[in-house]
Amino acid sequence: MKPFSTIRSVAAHLPEPNIDTDIIYPARYLLVLDRDGLGDYAFRDRRFDRDGRPKPDFVLNRPPFDKACVLVAGGGFGCGSSREQAVWTLTGFGIGCVIAPSFGEIFRNNALKNGLLPIDLPESVCISLGERAEAGAIFTVDLENRTLMADGVQVAGIDLSEGQRQALLNGWDEIDLMLRDEGEAITAFESGHRAAQPWLFLETR
Amino acid sequence: MPGRTLYDKIWSSHVIRDYGDGSCLIYVDRHLLHEVSTPQSFLAMEAKGRSLHRPAANLAVPDHVVPTTGRDQPIPDPLARAQTQRLAENVARHGVPYIPLDDIRQGIVHVVGPEQGFTLPGMTLACGDSHTSTHGALGALAFGIGASECGIVMAAQALRQRRSKTMRVLVTGARPLWLSAKDIALSFIARVGANGASGFAVEYAGPVISAMTMAERMTLCNMTIESGARVGMVAPDETTLSYLKGRPMAPDGAMWDRAAEYWRSLSSDPDAAFDREMVLDVTGLAPVVTWGTSPEDVLPIDAVLPDPAAETDPARRTRREKALAYMGLTPGMRLEEVEVDVVFIGSCTNGRLEDLRAAASIVAGRQVAPGVRAIAVPGSGLVKQQAEAEGIAEILRAAGFEWRDAGCSMCVGMNGDMLAPGERSASTSNRNFEGRQGPGGRTHLMSPAMAAAAAVTGHLADIRKLMGEKAA
Repeated sequence: MKPFSTIRSVAAHLPEPNIDTDIIYPARYLLVLDRDGLGDYAFRDRRFDRDGRPKPDFVLNRPPFDKACVLVAGGGFGCGSSREQAVWTLTGFGIGCVIAPSFGEIFRNNALKNGLLPIDLPESVCISLGERAEAGAIFTVDLENRTLMADGVQVAGIDLSEGQRQALLNGWDEIDLMLRDEGEAITAFESGHRAAQPWLFLETR
Repeated sequence: MPGRTLYDKIWSSHVIRDYGDGSCLIYVDRHLLHEVSTPQSFLAMEAKGRSLHRPAANLAVPDHVVPTTGRDQPIPDPLARAQTQRLAENVARHGVPYIPLDDIRQGIVHVVGPEQGFTLPGMTLACGDSHTSTHGALGALAFGIGASECGIVMAAQALRQRRSKTMRVLVTGARPLWLSAKDIALSFIARVGANGASGFAVEYAGPVISAMTMAERMTLCNMTIESGARVGMVAPDETTLSYLKGRPMAPDGAMWDRAAEYWRSLSSDPDAAFDREMVLDVTGLAPVVTWGTSPEDVLPIDAVLPDPAAETDPARRTRREKALAYMGLTPGMRLEEVEVDVVFIGSCTNGRLEDLRAAASIVAGRQVAPGVRAIAVPGSGLVKQQAEAEGIAEILRAAGFEWRDAGCSMCVGMNGDMLAPGERSASTSNRNFEGRQGPGGRTHLMSPAMAAAAAVTGHLADIRKLMGEKAA
């Protein structure tokens, strides 16, 4: 994946709780076989009416937030379907970081595998950051130094395991590291597991 | 040593490495593939010149985009046709076991896995679909993943995962006649909230669960993701074992005996400590429906729609106003007055034989109300075959239901079966999200019996009033 570099941008505020992945990426576009170039479909039915005209009151249609690289969202962001297109469409739209009180677990995992940084912060902090976002504050997401700033003043730290931080900063794909570092351990585990539960290794055909 | 939970037992028997930060590398025994979540996984894997670690650990079946009519013809939508074709090509190139569209076993992955005995107790199972929680009904540790993780499982047979906290839901009390597993699932979600169990693995236990059939347990575990929890599970018992015995991919002979002995050991120890416990007493509970756009928006069928003005929390008030506006409903209206356009019986939640039996028992001798389009979609070709053999299909057809071929159908709004903007459904599926069944579509979730009652009355209906105390 692409290495994560420091973001400086306005932030779009989407305070509604439980924005699910069907809202982020409607199912009918799951027929597309690509993972790049999906940005046009982001929040499709919130951004556009049925005739394809932009809905002017939706935050991502309102300058300067149409160019936002950060989202400040409500709790449960990305709940629902496991579709990774919900992440690909956000990165395709230019979003590099989502701040929310909580995330759908599968969405969170998917985000970290695609260079999209999820930041969990308490609800009260998210509400106040949402107000700053609406006022046009410039957010700085500095993963190198684990700091989140609004208009140059630190507002929160970035809590992420060191392994995941390094993977994001270096653009490492998890599978490459896993096969390199754990290939032998996986094979060794597998032979013990096969002896203990041989019925799991019967032909499934 | 303190007691261990069912989740702990399965998790710890699969740990390859503990990274000490709350995450572990765990071995993934089996992987279910469908056409929507894997094309990009295969591409990424092949771009790096890799192949599957153990092809026989996988099983692929198309379900999401397949039409449920005209199956003797090529799929009309070129994109859906291409996606299904892509799955067939990918699995052929990599030697992955595959159930094609014209195979009697084809169906929804979460119906097919248990039905074939591909899903077994004590195993870890992953699939690029959030409703993989379904398989926990057999006492497996099963969870949904994204396309990148599908690629990791394919190439490495392992995943780095955060260990979940554990929650036990004890379901107790005297279960009323018409209270289905779907009602219990929705009542749990209403209690805990749509994001309330996030980070937990939920184990359902207690006398009501012990008395449940496998299909009921699958409905319950399936819906667990709608509470935010990726994992729902029920400890394997004799019901589980008798369900599995003789299934095509289950072990047999001496291997069955050995497996069964191990599976019987897979229950939470009496002194096991859970991070959270909840008791759900079902005594006196009414059948429920959803009224809004989140699975937590649940009310008993005899209730009236909520008035947002009575809500003191401004965020909740706004959300309720938006949900009612989207659903085209007014505060104070009785749920039983809400008229429906479409009735959908099917999905990985409620597309099993028992679900179709329940629906048929309601519509027998009745007719789908004028102006209502009702469709019944079996969860697999084998379910369809059995339903036809039992006469269920004929009862549904005679009542005015369309009888379809197996697939995800109107649960997912991407295979031609969908609501038109503004149309309202009584649906046995799992999500009432905005646009889930088609842009502008309005979904009310409920049990198969309640959906059947809506079909014959033309509005959301109380199954208890329709049927009295008579058992189906």
